[in-house]
Amino acid sequence: MAQTLSRGSVSGTAVKPGGGKRKPFLVDLYSTAVGKKYVMAITGLLLMGFVVAHMVGNLKLFQGETDGVYALDVYAVWLKELLYPAAPKSAVLWVMRSGLIVAVLLHIHAAYGLTVINRKARSVKYQSARDYDVANFASRTMRWTGVIVLLFILWHLADFTFGWVNPDFVYGEVHRSVVASFDRVPVAIFYIVANIALGIHLFHGLWSMFQSMGWNNPRFNSWRRPLATAIATVVVVGNVSFPIAVLAGIVTHPAV
Amino acid sequence: MSITLDAKIPEGPLADKWDNYKENERLVNPANKRKFKIIVVGTGLAGASACATLAELGYQVEAFTFHDSPRRAHSIAAQGGINAAKNYRGDGDSIHRLFYDTIKGGDFRSREGNVHRLAQVSVDIIDQMVAQGVPFAREYGGMLDNRSFGGAQVSRTFYARGQTGQQLLLGAYQQMARQVGLGNVKLWNRMELVDVVVIDGRCAGIVTRDLMTGEVSSHSAHAVVLATGGYGNAFFLSTNAMTCNVTAAWRAHRKGALFANPCYTQIHPTCIPQADDFQSKLTLMSESLRNDGRVWVPANLDETRPPDQIPEDERDYYLERLYPSFGNLAPRDISSRAAKRAVDSGRGVGPLKNGVYLDFSEAIGRLGADVVKERYGNLFEMYERITGEDPYTVPMRIYPASHYTMGGIWVDYELMTTIPGLYAAGEANFSDHGANRLGASALMQGLADGYFVLPYTVSNYLAPFLNKPIPDTSHEAFKLAEREAADRFSRYLSIGGTRSPDYFHRELGKIIWDYCGMERNQQGLEKALSEIPALYDEFQKDLNVTGDGESTNQTLEKAGRVEDFFELGMLMCHDALDREESCGGHFRSEHQTEEGEALRDDDNFAHVSAWEWTGDPTSPNLHREDLAYEEVKLQTRSYK
Amino acid sequence: MTTTLKDLTLKIWRQKGPNDAGRFETYDIPEISDEASFLEMLDILNERLIESGLEAIVFDHDCREGICGTCSLMIDGHAHGPQRGTATCQLHMRQFTSGDTIVIEPFRATSFPIIKDLMVDRAAFDRIVEVGGFISAATGGAPDGNLIPVPKPVADASMDAAACIGCGACVAACPNGAASLFTGAKLAHLNLLPQGQAERFKRAEAMVDTMDEYFGSCTNHGECEAACPKSISIDVIALMNADYRKAKFKNRKALSRT
Repeated sequence: MAQTLSRGSVSGTAVKPGGGKRKPFLVDLYSTAVGKKYVMAITGLLLMGFVVAHMVGNLKLFQGETDGVYALDVYAVWLKELLYPAAPKSAVLWVMRSGLIVAVLLHIHAAYGLTVINRKARSVKYQSARDYDVANFASRTMRWTGVIVLLFILWHLADFTFGWVNPDFVYGEVHRSVVASFDRVPVAIFYIVANIALGIHLFHGLWSMFQSMGWNNPRFNSWRRPLATAIATVVVVGNVSFPIAVLAGIVTHPAV
Repeated sequence: MSITLDAKIPEGPLADKWDNYKENERLVNPANKRKFKIIVVGTGLAGASACATLAELGYQVEAFTFHDSPRRAHSIAAQGGINAAKNYRGDGDSIHRLFYDTIKGGDFRSREGNVHRLAQVSVDIIDQMVAQGVPFAREYGGMLDNRSFGGAQVSRTFYARGQTGQQLLLGAYQQMARQVGLGNVKLWNRMELVDVVVIDGRCAGIVTRDLMTGEVSSHSAHAVVLATGGYGNAFFLSTNAMTCNVTAAWRAHRKGALFANPCYTQIHPTCIPQADDFQSKLTLMSESLRNDGRVWVPANLDETRPPDQIPEDERDYYLERLYPSFGNLAPRDISSRAAKRAVDSGRGVGPLKNGVYLDFSEAIGRLGADVVKERYGNLFEMYERITGEDPYTVPMRIYPASHYTMGGIWVDYELMTTIPGLYAAGEANFSDHGANRLGASALMQGLADGYFVLPYTVSNYLAPFLNKPIPDTSHEAFKLAEREAADRFSRYLSIGGTRSPDYFHRELGKIIWDYCGMERNQQGLEKALSEIPALYDEFQKDLNVTGDGESTNQTLEKAGRVEDFFELGMLMCHDALDREESCGGHFRSEHQTEEGEALRDDDNFAHVSAWEWTGDPTSPNLHREDLAYEEVKLQTRSYK
Repeated sequence: MTTTLKDLTLKIWRQKGPNDAGRFETYDIPEISDEASFLEMLDILNERLIESGLEAIVFDHDCREGICGTCSLMIDGHAHGPQRGTATCQLHMRQFTSGDTIVIEPFRATSFPIIKDLMVDRAAFDRIVEVGGFISAATGGAPDGNLIPVPKPVADASMDAAACIGCGACVAACPNGAASLFTGAKLAHLNLLPQGQAERFKRAEAMVDTMDEYFGSCTNHGECEAACPKSISIDVIALMNADYRKAKFKNRKALSRT
């Protein structure tokens, strides 16, 4: 993108130096900025699907226990036994997990690539203050909200999957772990903040996805913003309700 | 210098002349075309379309623009439309009618042969532009839409909203860009022509100044096309873009190209009136507005009421009154003079009483605001941005302003100037519009010249030069021209006076506008001819150009252009003084009918006045090309 | 009616050449009519500078009718100033009030290098057009203009996109320095028309790839649409993204056939 002033005539700009092997199709596509945006959009869609499903599944926290068995724990077992016995236990779960891990990595890699491209595209910044007309908080903080969400995911795994930072982690007793973790006020606050960041990220990301993929149709264009707002709101409200419910004593566990 | 002005009109009946020409011209074999280099200066409609077509044919083309991109040329600002004798309306149009309307519109001061060819190729232009993707306005059935325009009683104007010039220029620019991309056109941007080089009586190339580095360099070619637009900015205030200038044409003139009919300037009737002394330019409101707007002034001299409180019977719809059959669509020169008279009579409107109303209230009532918005929305918005008034509720205020110049470099039927190998196309030449141009005909002529005329006529000239070498840029004539140009620009920098080039331009423009504007007379022209040299003298002593000559310096660029306007201004006045008649845009108050209409003198002035540079701008040398009318009977132009 | 603005302060970016560091300089405008256009104010300032022996401020401008796209300028942090749908040359002083400090900076993007003061080089736009922003139709062989009907809504949508004046405000306003609105507008203009179909996907791939060489990527802020003097909708960017996607597949298929 280095562009220096040159004088003299211009000609033959569309004649590309021929030859050279074409890169494999997907690599070639991914090497372009628009290709990276497709990757952002598709992996974003996948991750958003996960986030929504994850939130809905976790609502079982509110179901509490029946005969000492917690609904959330049953749900966890159900996840591990998806398609069992057609597939071995945990197999489907691991396929999904792998998909998510790949999606997260691609999402981050593409975001990094785009950031580098965009930095290069304006190597000297404006020396006076910009006054944005429509670029909103969400769109301008995607990198920051993205980083916060990433840190949150790592914490989340350490907290509920590996139990490294959980004060009362018992494998298989998900309900108990959740209550144990959210009982700590700073953790609950971090959880809430991170989810608001996630909501902001989703609000721009979802709308942005339609543009990046070129899904644009006068019939549904006016629905894109409200849809993004609705999904982001539902996810944030759902997720934030968990720590609040624990702190408020609505959701409890006798061992904690 | 002995000059015979041979227009080289082909033999045969008028309608067959162009075909006869094409049948008999010399051609260059496709494989040989690449051996010829053609320079095109200017990348507006005429220049860009010539570049594209010549390059498609296989010539080596070098294009020069002083803009950053070819797409900036002022053709882009044309709003209304482009005429073509398609007769898609079935309203009686034909090639012959377009031909006749153009001749009559030009007040019988243009060449029959050229104008008929223009009408013929107009049809191809529309097809060509549609194929290139110009999004012309369409009807619901998908067919091309038309609107009517001043000076015609048929609907033959094709348009793309109020941005027809933009869309046509982008069409031509894109074709040219394609050839740049393919390597067939070499594009030089931000390069201004500063001299034309003639060696052994033929045009050998040009000398340019790089506007970013100040470097002066030479470029040789087998043929050079000047498509550098008109000289309307001689008036300072005009609807031309700020950088429009006469320099390329004038430098060619100084090297031997005759300059034809410089006094034929068009004053466009519908521009936004000047609001202040420091105003830099005037803005045109498309003539198409006159399709639905009604022009009026208050009937009373001391009217102070706002327009909506002036009752119908106290309004003077003077165009409808004076020219009932054409009404608000009377041709430009006539409408302009009528507005001038209304304002001069003290009935002008607006804070400075320097305009007339263009009122849409009747059209809004008849069609509804939505239809009016659909047709003119972007023009209305532009008007509101500039004046702060909403034309949906308050009538627009308009006044005539310099807009187009029919005069230009003299060219023959082949568009070749009196310097062999040097061509002029588009507004830069004088060829097709006579003493007045009809609306929507400038775009037509620019594209006709570039797409459909030059590509044929250039080969006729080049064919005999196959495999003959052309002078190299190391030739002493090039070196001399380079030195002269460099000296000229360092002279501007070294004067060290007190006034900016803009100051002199503004003062010069005022003189030309006052005495060689919409209405001229002997006394005024003589006065101008004594004032301009005095001001020119002051320019040479008191000019101040700051900055340097080695980097971008817009003040320095301007100084060179203003100097050429000085010399041209004198020629305009000489021409206007010499032409003892009124015709089209040239109105001599001594020559008018009892009703105040232009009074032509066909016995003495049915000719083209082509001026030769003598080395002294105060005494140019006149040559005449008689206009022979075979098809058309000269008659008094009437739009009543 | 005309009123006079008083005591304006201008902070204008001055830069001697492409390699100079550049800095803001302050100029006072004691009085200016609100009828003046923004560029006329700069004209007046320039004339004052010249008459006091100083070098005039270099800025690009030409038609002053908002159509040629030559003018630029970041005014108070907005490309083409604060008024929506308006190019700098059509901006008038009535948009400002007495006592204002107005900051004027050149458009900034790596591919818009500064030539001098406020003037930048936007030749990269020409490069994008040169690789595909056209319909290949050699002069002379075109069929009748009415041979292929173009539905009015299609012609209108194409015209909406074709209104682009190539000023570069989209790039200047974009936080990423992306040229998607410019490229998308040219693609939409040509790709919507029936005449543009034959080269549609070749065009999309070539133009987007060239755009990539010079400019940043679109992250859908929408600043370009807000800054665009012709208010071109970012819908054209969606169209570009869709056509590029289709182009990648279709052109691959086309290649395998040859």
